[in-house]
Amino acid sequence: MIAETGLIALWLAAALALLQFALCTIGLVKGRDEFFAAIRPIAIAQGVLVTISFLILVWLFIRSDMSVKLVVMNSVAVKPLIYKISGTWGNHEGSMLLWVAILGIAGAGIGLFERTLKQRTLVTTLAAQAFISVGFYAYLLIASNPFERIFPVPADGQGLNPLLQDVGLALHPPTLYIGYVGLSIAFSFAVGAMINRDVGPDFAKAMRPWVLGAWVFLTLGITAGSYWAYYELGWGGWWFWDPVENASLMPWLAATALLHSVNVLATRDGLRAWTLMLAVVAFSMSMIGTFLVRSGVLTSVHAFAVDPTRGGFILALLAIYIGGAMAVFALRVGTVKEGSQFEPVSREGALVANNLLLSAILGIVFIGTLYPLFVEGVSGDMISVGAPYFNLATGPIALILVAIMAAGPLLRWRRDKAKALLNRISIPIFITAAALFGLVLFTTSMSTLSLLGLALAAGIAVASFAPLWKRNLRRTPMHTYGMIIAHFGVAVALVGMASESSFTEEKLVAASPGDEVIVNNWKVNFLAIEPIAGPNWTALEARVTAQYGDGAIHQIEPQNRMFPAAQTQTSEAALLTRWNGQLYVVLGDSDEQGRWQLRIWWKPFVTLIWYGGVLIALGGLLAMIGRLRRAVRQKRQREYAEALI
Amino acid sequence: MNRPLLWVPLGLFAIFFAIVAAGLTRPKDNIVESKMVGKSIPEFVLPAAIEQRPALRSTDLATGKPQLLNIFASWCVPCIAEAPQLLALERAGATINGVASRDTPADIANFLNRWGNPYQRIGTDERSVVQLELGSSGVPETFVIDGKGVIVHQHIGDIREEDVPKLLQMLKEAE
Repeated sequence: MIAETGLIALWLAAALALLQFALCTIGLVKGRDEFFAAIRPIAIAQGVLVTISFLILVWLFIRSDMSVKLVVMNSVAVKPLIYKISGTWGNHEGSMLLWVAILGIAGAGIGLFERTLKQRTLVTTLAAQAFISVGFYAYLLIASNPFERIFPVPADGQGLNPLLQDVGLALHPPTLYIGYVGLSIAFSFAVGAMINRDVGPDFAKAMRPWVLGAWVFLTLGITAGSYWAYYELGWGGWWFWDPVENASLMPWLAATALLHSVNVLATRDGLRAWTLMLAVVAFSMSMIGTFLVRSGVLTSVHAFAVDPTRGGFILALLAIYIGGAMAVFALRVGTVKEGSQFEPVSREGALVANNLLLSAILGIVFIGTLYPLFVEGVSGDMISVGAPYFNLATGPIALILVAIMAAGPLLRWRRDKAKALLNRISIPIFITAAALFGLVLFTTSMSTLSLLGLALAAGIAVASFAPLWKRNLRRTPMHTYGMIIAHFGVAVALVGMASESSFTEEKLVAASPGDEVIVNNWKVNFLAIEPIAGPNWTALEARVTAQYGDGAIHQIEPQNRMFPAAQTQTSEAALLTRWNGQLYVVLGDSDEQGRWQLRIWWKPFVTLIWYGGVLIALGGLLAMIGRLRRAVRQKRQREYAEALI
Repeated sequence: MNRPLLWVPLGLFAIFFAIVAAGLTRPKDNIVESKMVGKSIPEFVLPAAIEQRPALRSTDLATGKPQLLNIFASWCVPCIAEAPQLLALERAGATINGVASRDTPADIANFLNRWGNPYQRIGTDERSVVQLELGSSGVPETFVIDGKGVIVHQHIGDIREEDVPKLLQMLKEAE
């Protein structure tokens, strides 16, 4: 009965979403304002119901209820609890339910917390949110029912893809989805604002914390995903330009552009149409990403089970939502008044440049991801666009972008002087030049891109703190600190990326027990191979010791794991982290002479990539909290002033 | 605000929609008759891609025995998908030589270490020169070559499980 309860909760949530949409629309069209009182509670109830439905699915996985088809296909009774739970979203139906649950929770969040939007805009926003939910509920209930039963009931399940049995995966998809689907709020806000022609600073201020919140989760999700791919796949790389990775990067790029342009709208009432477009594009990219991953139109290592009907269903939803929002944009934005103007050399100018460059990168990634599909359509050839294209095309633009990032916060709003700006950033420029000079002198074989990246990172690291120059540190608002930390995080990540690509040392050896391998300052000793057993796997484990210089001797154990239930093998890399980098050891196969393949990398400062990502997210979080606190304070002051009168 | 400009996003989305809708409805058929079928392999010499395998010359492809020439790259995701099929072909007795397209020795070694190495010889084609001469427009692609170095068949895209018997049959017929 538990599974049926989950299904009923899902149907009820779908019905409520339909009701919410109908009430909003009738109320708006007929001017029946009395309907509006019911809308917030409905949105909240819908969020609660879909959450219950999702939790029931989790419960079914925890109990290993083998009468539910999804559990049979993706779980197995002997499996650690955490992977039973994460198995819920390690498959198509379950992850789609999580997706929809977050959509419902986002709607409930608007119903609960949004107090600053004008009523009609808020109602239209909740109508849009409900309209999106209805489509995805229909998709789940018709094409991807997670609660489907199976008969006869099998004795045990088929297990979860071993690559996914990892702590990183337990947290990565939910985080990413909160970011992905959280952007639906910005989308619905934009639709509400366009339909009611309510675009201005107040609207931007209301939307900003939601965008920041989603963006923080998206940033964390991408960072975690990158680290997961790095240690779990055992390839030693941290970004593979796989279609699924790109699917998460594209909404992030759009959302990053959005959270900069929304500041222009909030502070200076500029970039109205552009901000609305970005809000639509950001969530559209989330939906397109979902479609690309699940329809099987692109080949990817992450691909879910492919089903063309499902692809057709999501594509139809895309046409309705994205096509609809863009049509509203074309019809309505012409009647929205233009915002205020500004000079090219100004804070707005820098933010526009930021937006254009982010959009350019987004376009490049989008085209690169879809190009194989396009070529296949035109000529029938199947090709793969790989890292060389993406690195070459996005790298230089990204470097220009971060250079502007250093200067932007030091510019005044509306109008500034180029000469004054040069004065303000003279120190970072000097540091960049010095770093570049030093690197050219003392290093060899660095690629131009990494060389410039490292030099720029040095300058940006300093420049990101420049907005604090001569300011009262205690009176500087929290969101300014947020920006500083996020920008500093970009510099940190950039150092990691450039260092990883330039200074990584690698050795592939066929080693017998007792052999010693030297990589950079590391002495790596291969001691023995031993078989060991885990809860649902067996493994060959290498006993390896590693010593950096004359330091302590560490023991590490890279493994080759066999998962009998799924008949697959994964390689568990062993990592040894020092402050200045990571040692990464992978155990390969053995040859006829009883030697074992060992692949050893020394990756200086590679961890900075992910520390940088976390700093960026932290900056976003501080900015969000700062903005919310300021809004609350201002409201109190206003109320106090009104009470005095 | 310029009115026609406002329709650009919708127009771009319509293009996207058309491309993926076509992609969804198209049957997954990746056998394309190529212009190179019936022609001899162009002459080339490629340096060895990794230490463990010898270099590849065009003369290695005309040894009297029919064989497969696979063009791959470590950065190519479909190549990972087809790796088990190449290993299956190798186990079934097929001779497979490889051309690594736009790749580095470290990445190739890494890729083969991870996904298996079915190749007897691997040439590295850093600028895709040989790949283009072979009339190949992307990775992965696989050529069936008879004993005299003449291309019998060009398989575009990754080799799926159902392609394995077909390719083995072609190798047999080429003898």
